[in-house]
Amino acid sequence: MSNFLPESLQVFVPDTVQIVYIIAITLFIYGLKKLSSPATARNGNLLAALGMFLGVIVTLLDRQIVSFEYIIVGIIVGSLIGVVSARKVKMTAMPEMVAIFNGFGGAASALVAVGEYMRTVNPATLAINDLVTLGLSVLVGAVTFTGSFIAFGKLRGFVAGKPIVYAGQKIVSGIIGLIILGSVVMLVIEPASINYLWINAALSLILGILLVIPIGGADMPVVIALLNSYSGIAAMLTGFVLNNNLLIVSGALVGASGIILSNIMCQAMNRSLGNVLFGAFGSDGTAIASGGDADYDKSVREAKADDVAVMTAYAQRVVVVPGYGLAVAQAQHVIREVANLLEEKGVDVKYGIHPVAGRMPGHMNVLLAEANVPYPQLYDMDDINPEFERTDVVLVIGANDVVNPAARTNPGSPIYGMPILNVDEAKTVVVLKRSLNPGFAGIDNELFYKDNTYMFFGDAKKSLTALASAIKEL
Amino acid sequence: MSSLLFNIYIFVLASFVGFEVISKVPTTLHTPLMSGSNAISGITIVGALVIAGEASGTLSTVIGLFAIIFATINVVGGFVVTDRMLQMFKKKDDQK
Repeated sequence: MSNFLPESLQVFVPDTVQIVYIIAITLFIYGLKKLSSPATARNGNLLAALGMFLGVIVTLLDRQIVSFEYIIVGIIVGSLIGVVSARKVKMTAMPEMVAIFNGFGGAASALVAVGEYMRTVNPATLAINDLVTLGLSVLVGAVTFTGSFIAFGKLRGFVAGKPIVYAGQKIVSGIIGLIILGSVVMLVIEPASINYLWINAALSLILGILLVIPIGGADMPVVIALLNSYSGIAAMLTGFVLNNNLLIVSGALVGASGIILSNIMCQAMNRSLGNVLFGAFGSDGTAIASGGDADYDKSVREAKADDVAVMTAYAQRVVVVPGYGLAVAQAQHVIREVANLLEEKGVDVKYGIHPVAGRMPGHMNVLLAEANVPYPQLYDMDDINPEFERTDVVLVIGANDVVNPAARTNPGSPIYGMPILNVDEAKTVVVLKRSLNPGFAGIDNELFYKDNTYMFFGDAKKSLTALASAIKEL
Repeated sequence: MSSLLFNIYIFVLASFVGFEVISKVPTTLHTPLMSGSNAISGITIVGALVIAGEASGTLSTVIGLFAIIFATINVVGGFVVTDRMLQMFKKKDDQK
């Protein structure tokens, strides 16, 4: 039993490993710190990747590792899949990508916990705390895996985006959760019977599905952020099982990140995490839109590309408010073209981005960055809201609920109290939308019927292309 | 001090560091933050290496193999896609 190091050097390995782990942790934290500015962020990511590389290399010195076939195969296969999917994915599909990667991370943690149990010669010698963290690691990892897969499916569209609810849903999930915890307890009582671990794994996989199917597609930003946190917690628990501080620290960092992001998302929707997870929001469009059927009889003012071209080209200040519809239509490059044309005419163009616009935190920023929009032009909700009063034209592209004034004015609305972009304060609002259908949350939007609002119907990409050529002709 | 308590110590301190560092990340970088931190959570690969490298029972080695594949997708894919996103963030429009 030895690895590729000569015996005389073996004694130094354990300390070397720990020292390199400390370096890796430092690189992770320093890398995350560099994410505090777009100017240094890329560097930070590379530092974190370097930390990961060092951690992997030094682990290979571990003398328990005697055969490298599986390791080499695994790393080659994983790297190929990882690189190809990371390079091919469209920026609009980033939420799905992060969701599925997350799921793989969770699955890996659960598998490591199971593998660690199986390679323990006599599981009866495992301490209680090892068995508990092992069981919890399997639970969290497996829930992350299937939960992320369902989130991926909802974003991709092969799982229904609307909440899937049935009678007694919470009770069923609750009972399954209790059985899982029971199986962890049984594992502690009878450490030698691996069957309790299998029961735990199987039920946790089911639980992950059950927990995510009742959550609506528009709430996926919160779900992805939360699952991100879970994958960190799973890694952290695995760290407890393996007694490995590198895993514990990294897992805690990721766990913290996911929790912060889920919190920001929830605040931006004025809803509690519990409401997002169990509220089945947006399940019944007709019931929620019951502001009166008369809403649908109200008239809207329609504008064509030429009208919008005149409005925007002769404006002083234009604010673009992008939403998920922009991503769906892949219209980020065309809006950039429109903005360029307007800027050439001396119009001041800014982008106002709501925290929950899109399907993951910061989704719109990435899309606009892809279209070469300089990031100083991207404004957060708090920074752009005071600007609307002195804005001539707001172009709302594929956003709906985040600009619905009912959140301010109508206490009966389900989104009442949610912080929104106050686009209705601008002189003119142009809403680019396919139709008058209510948005994902199924709530009618009184913004569309206001006197200073024009509806510019059609696919966002086609509409914007028409707008661009209309501006050119002016 | 038992190793469990020591580990909890590390965990608590790391969580505070995490909250401090990550709350300073601007909203505009939240997507890269997610994919980047996601890649970091693939650190579980370190545990997978030991399991897959130990030529013991076949089942646990196979489990180790899958753990490595999944974790590597997470790590490599996560860092590559984050890099791809971050290189797009530019202060000025210097493409033209």
